[in-house]
Amino acid sequence: MTIRVGVEVSIALADAVKMANPDVIAAYPITPQTHIVEHLAELVANGELDAEYIPVESEHSAMSACLGSVATGARTFTATSSQGLALMNEVLFIASGMRLPIVMAVANRALSAPLSIWCDHSDVMSVRDTGWIQIFAENGQQAVDNIICAFRIGEDNRVLLPVMVHLDGFNLTHVVEPIVLPEESDVAKFLPPFKFPLPLNPDRPVAMGNFAAPGIFTEAKWAQEVNMKASQKVITEVWGEFNNTFGRQYRPVEKYHSDGSRVLLLTMGSAGETASVAIDELRAEGGSVGQISLRLWRPFPFDDLRQAVKDADVLIVLDRAISVGGPAGPVASEVKAALFNLDKKPKVVSFIGGLGGRDITVERFKDIIRKGTEIARTGSRNEYEMYGVRE
Amino acid sequence: MEKYGVYVPKLIKRKEKFAPGHRACIGCGEALAVRMAFKALGNNIIIVNATGCIEIFTGQLPVTSWEVPWIHTLFENAAAVASGIEAGYKAMRRKGHPMPENTKVVAIGGDGATSDIGLQALSGAFERGHDFTYICFDNEAYMNTGIQRSSATPFGAVTTTSPAGKKSFGQFSWKKNMPEIAVAHNIPYVATATHSHPFDLMAKVRRAVDTPGPAYVHILSVCPTGWRSATNTVIQQARLAAETGMFPLYEVIDGKYQMSLDLPRLKPVKDYLKIQGRFRHLSDDMIARIQERVDLEYQKLLEKVKDGKKPIRRKSHPGIAETSIR
Repeated sequence: MTIRVGVEVSIALADAVKMANPDVIAAYPITPQTHIVEHLAELVANGELDAEYIPVESEHSAMSACLGSVATGARTFTATSSQGLALMNEVLFIASGMRLPIVMAVANRALSAPLSIWCDHSDVMSVRDTGWIQIFAENGQQAVDNIICAFRIGEDNRVLLPVMVHLDGFNLTHVVEPIVLPEESDVAKFLPPFKFPLPLNPDRPVAMGNFAAPGIFTEAKWAQEVNMKASQKVITEVWGEFNNTFGRQYRPVEKYHSDGSRVLLLTMGSAGETASVAIDELRAEGGSVGQISLRLWRPFPFDDLRQAVKDADVLIVLDRAISVGGPAGPVASEVKAALFNLDKKPKVVSFIGGLGGRDITVERFKDIIRKGTEIARTGSRNEYEMYGVRE
Repeated sequence: MEKYGVYVPKLIKRKEKFAPGHRACIGCGEALAVRMAFKALGNNIIIVNATGCIEIFTGQLPVTSWEVPWIHTLFENAAAVASGIEAGYKAMRRKGHPMPENTKVVAIGGDGATSDIGLQALSGAFERGHDFTYICFDNEAYMNTGIQRSSATPFGAVTTTSPAGKKSFGQFSWKKNMPEIAVAHNIPYVATATHSHPFDLMAKVRRAVDTPGPAYVHILSVCPTGWRSATNTVIQQARLAAETGMFPLYEVIDGKYQMSLDLPRLKPVKDYLKIQGRFRHLSDDMIARIQERVDLEYQKLLEKVKDGKKPIRRKSHPGIAETSIR
């Protein structure tokens, strides 16, 4: 029997991690990730979760300890945010390059300076090319479900890649939501034990992390890319099986009234639910508007995106990060690139908003959609619109 | 194993798990020290190698010089990776996974990886009390990148980033005392060693891995390439480092210091400095300054040995007691 309970998302997420029965957790505190790792520490301290909890001295060491742990074949989890994610940066490349399937929850938060503890996606964008599978949650339930899926996806021998589950800091981590916590027995059935093919073991010595001369480096990177691209099939498969067991279906690109709509709004993360209310209201007024949200950020779901926008004339993309001096919001840039060579494609309008925790309300989303539609018609001298900025 | 000193060299096993066939420079003292260390380490180990000379000369894809499980990830994180390996083994063994028994985790790195960029990770791992051994192979500069100064480069030595010139006498700072920093973490075992004293080196490495909890061995490894010295004097240089007090050999077991060599009097540092090109430019005044400092540091060390003979001292690292509960 599954029941829906009101629970803080961070606590529910940590409980989901517990159900995945990790062997090692290595973490360093940073707001707004703290409630996740605090709750895990508590579960370990109470004997409810049998795991080694390594209270490391930095995020760099958190991710490094995860490398070592997962290389022994231990199921491994960590969580971080913002500066912590930035400090991990070089280690993230190692995890994916060496095919070490760590699972990490990222409480999305702005990067300093100026210092801000509130949500945006500048931390995410700084690790875009680290080679991790990256999944975005729009609400607490999605974060909980996808943290369980993340272990199964990453640890699949056809994948063996680290996985980040992104949940917006405060907007998700610190809110109480009605969440269906999966049954532990169902999770145990859904998630097979981790069997790392080549663990560090004196009985069967392996060398991991050797350096590559120019004659072999390109092939090593290509192998990684082929594997990352192929992982989407496994991800979809795992989501399908998750639906069979738990009755909730996830897709690389989620669609909301998007089929047949002329104007589409694309969001990533928690802003999506507020945007959906704006879509409802505009549709009630007779507007031909719909919404798509990117669930899968890496591997980028090219085909799903192209399919989802094929009927639209206008695609408005909301980015919660800025590429200073760059062409558009980072998501908009990728969306434009994905559509550029198509014969029929919507006009893409890039909005940047919600930086450093600034709220985007339903009214503002309606405003963004109206303005975006107008810009698509008349054109704009700007590469992107900085929404709501005081100049 | 404890008393290597009573063994004749022939009794030491010929093979070690550091295979022949690697790319170290001619006369590399570090490769020699690694061989000795691995004779003592045996088979039941997992090696975490920081980026540096050893990692580069032993592990170019698709080949390896290692016949034991070996992992390299980054420059500054060997101790953190070792923490994760130790924790992974501990958790999985407890949860009933079939794991080999008594496997020891050994992190190795150069002086830069240890006393500069990796110091934070090492300090964290010591403080948390992981059961692992860290061996620093100290060749006193960033040799792998082309002989740049590190905090372990001795005063007055010329490197490519501490050149001697009209306004410089070479390295401007005194060698960071890394073994003392390890001791300050109250870990149960700290030792210094060098490859001119192989039995001593092997005994210390073995003692380190046999010690539950964090252990640290700091091995001076002569680098003829970087020290601008003759390859046929590598052993002599290491011996003089020990006998002049430039690099004293000692152990600190549960906080108690003991000297490893019986040296009634130290040889003059000049004997050591004059056979190395990196010190060639030093004036007699500079050499006198070095002599003064070495005498002072050596006296401080002898005082600690004396203090250690007074009966106080706790038994082991507090972290060990805690971890043994679980």
